[in-house]
Amino acid sequence: MAVIHDVMPAYELFQPTDVEGAIALLNEHGESARVLAGGMDTWDWLKDRTKRVTALVDLAGIQELREIRATADGVDIGALAPLSTVVKDPEIQQNYSVLAEAANKVATPQIRNQGTIGGNVSQDTRCWYYRAGWPCYRAGGNICYANTPASLNREHAILGADRCVAVSPSDTAPALIALDARMVVQNRSGEREIDAATFFIGPGTDIEQMTVLRTGDVLTTIRIPNAWSGASFYFEKVTDRKSWDFPLVNVASALRVEGGVIQDARIAVGGVAAKPLRLFRVEQAIIGQPANEETAAAAGELAVRGAEPLRLNGYKVPLMRNLVKRSIRGQETV
Amino acid sequence: MADFKLIGQSFAPQDLVAKITGRAKYAEDFRAEGMLFTKLLSSPMPHCRVRSIDYSAALELEGVVAVLTPDEVPQEEHPFEPALTNEPVYEGEPILAVAAVDEVTAANAIELIRVDYEPLPFVLNPLDSLRPGGPDANTGGNVYNGREITTLKWDQSVFDGVGPDQMPIGPGTEEDQWEYGDLEAGFANADLVIEETLYCQSVSHHPMEPRTSMAYWQNGKLYMHGSAQSTAQARRAIADRVGVELDDVFFIAEYCGGGFGSKIRGSVLEVIPALLSRKAGRPVMMRITRAEETMMGRARPGMLGHARLGMRRDGRITALDLFLVQDNGPYSRQGDSSTSGDVSALGYTPEAMRASTVSVLTNTPPRAAQRGPGGVQIVSMLAPVVSRAARQLGVDPLQVHLVNAPNHETEFGRGPYPITSAYVTEALTQCGELFNWSERRQRSGQRNGSKVRGVGMALSPYYGGTSGWDGLVVIRPDGKLYIHQGVGNLGTHSVVDTAKAAAEALDFPWENTEVVWGHSSRHLPHSSSQSGSQTTHAHTRANWVVGEFAKTLLQELAALELGGSSSAYQVSGGRVFGPGGSLTFAQAAERAIARGGKFDGHELPEDINDMTRTSATALAGQGLVAAAKDNLPHTARTYSFVVSMIELDLDLETGMHEILNVTSVADCGTVLNPRSLIAQGNGGVIQGIGIAQSFKWAIDPTWGVHLSKRIEATKPPTMLDIPTELIFAAVDLPDPQNPVGSKGIGEPPVGAGAGALVCAIEDAMGGQHPSHQPLTPDKILSIVENDCLPCGRLETHV
Ligand SMILES: Cc1cc2nc3c(=O)[nH]c(=O)nc-3n(C[C@H](O)[C@H](O)[C@H](O)COP(=O)(O)OP(=O)(O)OC[C@H]3O[C@@H](n4cnc5c(N)ncnc54)[C@H](O)[C@@H]3O)c2cc1C
Repeated sequence: MAVIHDVMPAYELFQPTDVEGAIALLNEHGESARVLAGGMDTWDWLKDRTKRVTALVDLAGIQELREIRATADGVDIGALAPLSTVVKDPEIQQNYSVLAEAANKVATPQIRNQGTIGGNVSQDTRCWYYRAGWPCYRAGGNICYANTPASLNREHAILGADRCVAVSPSDTAPALIALDARMVVQNRSGEREIDAATFFIGPGTDIEQMTVLRTGDVLTTIRIPNAWSGASFYFEKVTDRKSWDFPLVNVASALRVEGGVIQDARIAVGGVAAKPLRLFRVEQAIIGQPANEETAAAAGELAVRGAEPLRLNGYKVPLMRNLVKRSIRGQETV
Repeated sequence: MADFKLIGQSFAPQDLVAKITGRAKYAEDFRAEGMLFTKLLSSPMPHCRVRSIDYSAALELEGVVAVLTPDEVPQEEHPFEPALTNEPVYEGEPILAVAAVDEVTAANAIELIRVDYEPLPFVLNPLDSLRPGGPDANTGGNVYNGREITTLKWDQSVFDGVGPDQMPIGPGTEEDQWEYGDLEAGFANADLVIEETLYCQSVSHHPMEPRTSMAYWQNGKLYMHGSAQSTAQARRAIADRVGVELDDVFFIAEYCGGGFGSKIRGSVLEVIPALLSRKAGRPVMMRITRAEETMMGRARPGMLGHARLGMRRDGRITALDLFLVQDNGPYSRQGDSSTSGDVSALGYTPEAMRASTVSVLTNTPPRAAQRGPGGVQIVSMLAPVVSRAARQLGVDPLQVHLVNAPNHETEFGRGPYPITSAYVTEALTQCGELFNWSERRQRSGQRNGSKVRGVGMALSPYYGGTSGWDGLVVIRPDGKLYIHQGVGNLGTHSVVDTAKAAAEALDFPWENTEVVWGHSSRHLPHSSSQSGSQTTHAHTRANWVVGEFAKTLLQELAALELGGSSSAYQVSGGRVFGPGGSLTFAQAAERAIARGGKFDGHELPEDINDMTRTSATALAGQGLVAAAKDNLPHTARTYSFVVSMIELDLDLETGMHEILNVTSVADCGTVLNPRSLIAQGNGGVIQGIGIAQSFKWAIDPTWGVHLSKRIEATKPPTMLDIPTELIFAAVDLPDPQNPVGSKGIGEPPVGAGAGALVCAIEDAMGGQHPSHQPLTPDKILSIVENDCLPCGRLETHV
């Protein structure tokens, strides 16, 4: 049968007003339904007719999911909070600025108004072969079109590839990992909390999924503990142009430095693997070290150890190295 | 300089409010009773043959009204482009159209069609097609010589002699070779000879408005709402493509959401709603999506090439040997590479030069002229070679440009062609002062942590206008002057700005002037297409001439009515006055109608075009009607020039740059409308910066399928890529062959912006030249780290 893209098909739209209602609808429709948040990822798939669903369960009407609340031990961000709200939130700006900065680098002002933080961490990869509907591993097939001797894979993975070489596209994900955020997920059987670094999964775990979310799950809250409140933060994203562009590589870090010595650290990198990578090894290596150029440079080298570039993405090795370095020593200026 | 009242003043065009309030209606905004929507079945592969197609199930779907197949649309011989085809030569080429009550139904119907495709060999990179035994993009061959398709293959030895990243140089096509001067002597006299592989990518036009169109028929006449850069020329093209008489086509396009050369005469796709509507007996709307626009819209041809350049110690370019292979796309031959030769000959006036080019068909989206066709590619490829030579010889790049600058006496290139004017030294000097070149240049190479300062410049010449078109004005009994314009309204303001020449010639107040455009039933004259930066020059001339002609008619009329000799009468302020008294324009219009004959359009000049004659005849009797052809002398080629200078910081740890200042100065003759000039000039410079920085295609080499159909993946520049210090000025000196002194300015800013950005980045990299646009962070980093590109140097669409 012939194929046509770029025409939105008809679908049934459900607009529940509470989480329980949403979960009930998701269970009722099973695989043929999808959660709709801002639609910035979802509608792309539908309009391209590459993924078919017959029903969308729109969470926008669930007021409690849109709120950002300061709690006794941190801040709870409703999954439906638009990215632009996250950027402007005074509590986040004040104590967890790395997240505000990361959210502010997503796409464009319009997309940040429409896209939600829950959607931003749950979004699918942007591998252009996969998104064009090619029958690759991630789409249930048995080939990776992005990893052949002639493939166009400038944007793809240098680490953690397993058949699939797609990368994590999210800008907020590394920041959330650096903040030790926890994802609160609700489904028919109740509520569970998942550490941000384990919320995201690579192809070795499940080649068709980017996160642990499964049919019937609703991400309700992103919980930021106050552990890193007011730490010294860094976020940087490298792109081909200054706006409206996914990260080639991004980095987020949170450091506690006392007397010039690194006491504790979190560093996460996006755009290099299918999931945003928390750099445990690097964190371990820099704790107890002076926060200086030498430590930063060594950390950068360590971060890229084991990288396996593809045909066109070798540049990501020095780029990730440099970004990790900068996440420890800042952008060097004289 | 003449003392003008309107020319040189800043005006807001009268469509401004409609545009910014959203009330302006574009093709997609129209609705007609019983209107259907069409969606297209398009080719999933870059080259194939449709063996069989079964659309019976589609026709059975409720809401589907009609199907249009290739057999029902005119099929001209390749490489003329049909609207629908059974042998697609690019992925995304339309094969069949379904009309239904709405788009979802039409799309669902397409999914019910069974097609059996026979894949055919395809080629994406022109060099692959030139290899012995290499694939041809068309079953007829790989090169179009203007008359027919032929096959051109180079001898294996051409490829054996060079490494994988070196440009093979084989024979070009015969008509694309020229040279002047003594090339070998030029190189022998040079203090430095450098050679460089050249590469410039193909980029989509992506105007804001895709090529949407809506058509219906009434009484055997076709009404077409389309998007075109010219009303008069598009109407003619529609008549030809659909196969009906010119008088049976009404073309309505008051607003055009940009074209950049991709809608010069509208679009071949307009045939689809026209014929589907005739078949279905109902109006048909064809909305083109952004992804479709990437494929069926148009694109600038990319180029691969080689330059050998000789420079003397004082910066003078003694010899230039240029070889270009053009990625032509699948259809009609593109003139870019040929223009590239002319542009380099004029911009650098080498003492001796040779240009050799070949344009090779590829199975990639169709090409068309794109704002500065050939100029943008060559300036962005050659400017860094020139600045590299300057660096090696220790000459300042501004000095190099001054030493080689063309002037009024220059006769350039293969002609050699004389030019009407060139205030290039003035433009270079003014730009240098505005930008503070010598001071900024001191900062070149300065390090600030990982950042390095780069300063670069480029000079971009481009055609500045044609002549010989018609003007048509009416002075009606309401006392107003109606200036009819057959050019389109594509956002450049020239539809309004050039009309001022007629009002100026009549010394008539602008408030009482109406510009009439955008709907062929409004009786438009034969006008140029809005392409090749010709409008400003062409239609200030035509409107000046018709204004002067109207003035003569007014003087003659006054003499007849009031007595005395016509030469004793003057025209000013909406009146004609002299020894016998005066007439207002309103009175003159009434007297003209009463007298008839040549005064009210019943007798017309012999030399005007038929389209103008038909329009003027339709207007006859409605006032004082003047129609005239521009017969003013035009004895040399008209060129405009833009110089751009850019200062930036390049971060060697990330490959990203931050532009600090862009300053540009134009020689476009007398400035018509300063406000429009700045908008056009900076818009063009930004477009060029985008091409040098990030704008591109990605096409999978194995499957020939486009991976960057979504506009965000093609990466045009964004608001944040535009520096806050963005300056555009003009020398504002008159061209002697235009009655108001103006020359076109649409195109040259693009090459200047692109060239200056490439040079500034190269400058920051200490002269290392990435040679492969766009200069994205991956390329910068790979060169900084490993001194090589991540992709092949001759790899296209990557
Ligand atoms: C042109 C463009 C450029 C972009 N650039 C960037 C960029 O630079 N950086 C970046 O980080 N992102 C970028 N994005 C992605 C955009 O920010 C995300 O797509 C967006 O944040 C997704 O959020 P959404 O609310 O629109 O989610 P949706 O599109 O509605 O949902 C995305 C996915 O998550 C699921 N989902 C959403 N919310 C929940 C929930 N609460 N519980 C369970 N499942 C859920 C949906 O079912 C769907 O599978 C870009 C997007 C576009 C279109």
